[in-house]
Amino acid sequence: MLIACRTGYHYKAHDHYQGAMKLIDTLTDLANPSRFLALTTRVLPWLAALTAVVLAIGLYQSALAPDDYQQGATVKIMFIHVPNAWLSMFVWGVMSIASLGTLVWRHPLADVAAKSAAPIGAAFTFLALVTGSLWGRPMWGTYWEWDARLTSVLILFLMYLGLIALWRAVEDPSRAARAAAVLTLVGALNLPIIKFSVDWWNTLHQPASVMRMGGPALDRAFLIPLLVMAIGFSLLFVTLHLAAMRNEILRRRVRSLQMMQASQTSEASQAGAVANDSMRDQGALKPTIGTA
Amino acid sequence: MTALGALIRRDIRIALRVGGGALIGVLFFLTVVVLMPFAVGPDLALLTRLGPAILWLGALLASLLTLDRLFMADHEDGSLDLILTSRTPLELTCAAKALAHWIAAGLPLVIATPALGLLLNLDMVATGAVALTLLAGTPALTFTGMIGAALAVTLHRGGLLLAVLVLPLSIPVLIFGVAASQAAITGPLTFGAPFSILCALSLVSFVIGPFAAAASLRHGLD
Repeated sequence: MLIACRTGYHYKAHDHYQGAMKLIDTLTDLANPSRFLALTTRVLPWLAALTAVVLAIGLYQSALAPDDYQQGATVKIMFIHVPNAWLSMFVWGVMSIASLGTLVWRHPLADVAAKSAAPIGAAFTFLALVTGSLWGRPMWGTYWEWDARLTSVLILFLMYLGLIALWRAVEDPSRAARAAAVLTLVGALNLPIIKFSVDWWNTLHQPASVMRMGGPALDRAFLIPLLVMAIGFSLLFVTLHLAAMRNEILRRRVRSLQMMQASQTSEASQAGAVANDSMRDQGALKPTIGTA
Repeated sequence: MTALGALIRRDIRIALRVGGGALIGVLFFLTVVVLMPFAVGPDLALLTRLGPAILWLGALLASLLTLDRLFMADHEDGSLDLILTSRTPLELTCAAKALAHWIAAGLPLVIATPALGLLLNLDMVATGAVALTLLAGTPALTFTGMIGAALAVTLHRGGLLLAVLVLPLSIPVLIFGVAASQAAITGPLTFGAPFSILCALSLVSFVIGPFAAAASLRHGLD
């Protein structure tokens, strides 16, 4: 914002218009990777500290929360499980917005944001699956139940892995970015359809044999720690995402430096080879001239 | 319109000629169905029960395996570049290509279904139900698969990556295709509800598929 104010437009216009211009200015300034890196370096330590504090409070409150009269202490898995499950979907939303940024506005940081969000989202989804299955063992008597929610989260996990495979299949980051953006947006359109079909499929095959969470309203004693944990995990995502974006920018710089170096050395060696060839040619020519 | 008609005729002709490889999909379908009894045993009652699922899975895999020819051959001989520079909207061109691909590679799977139903001990009603659901559902497989084919051609990668990207998107089609077939055979649901949803999935894929594939080609091949 500071930078935006400095380069701001000093003419009289509607406040509305100026506000929009300021926002665009800020986004344009952040498009410069160096400014983004400077901002991240300043913000990241504070963000990390805040995340640690909120997560510590959340964990403390979760530990103090009373046991459920039906589920006993296992209900505390919920305080880890639900934020992870929530973030597993939220991260896909973040990637979809970043993909729009790649395809529509060609924002230089959008594909960095999309790429670095994918492994974090996959990790949250994996944790949601693992904690869900650990919760299922004492509740349902089995680690894996083809429950509608577990199944659709599993499919979400598969789609994250497919997206990561796509990023890793192509060397050129900008080419991979556009393909991944199309796939992310198609996934965002398809995920509700998949969720709906899996729900339908599940009710067809096993009518209400599993426990239904969320039917009765949550008690305050559970709700407040859950909300604190949700905020803590969201902050964790923002921190990890910013750090991953910073690393991705630095990785791309290293890559372009390496490529520049490689092209210089190959040019130099080619020049050397050409010089050698011409010397040999001259040497080969001399006898022919001599014999002629 | 004439340009699109010519494109459809050309694609079908290429697919059916030597080197086109559209009918290999049917052969693959047959092979998958023949392999199944070796995996689950020659129990006819069990095969009857699993029949619709086996046929749907076979058709899904067969239509997946023919997909990477959809843009790859045109990209290799340069005609895809001509298509991209033509005045016809790319979305319509993609839809025409997918339609041609479905006629050449998807429709033969539907036609082969009654013969394969005999191998799985399915009666007339069950075979008819599976064939009808395949007729309604395979366009959705082709049109969503086209997105994967377009991504594969812009990335110069195919095969396993294409399968990994496309298969999760085809889960709804599989669910409702098998559910509608089972509903016609055993109940308890009516055939109409899942079948209508299957048709709706195909219609949605007619909209999403061409746009996403065209976006992918336009952004990827410059």
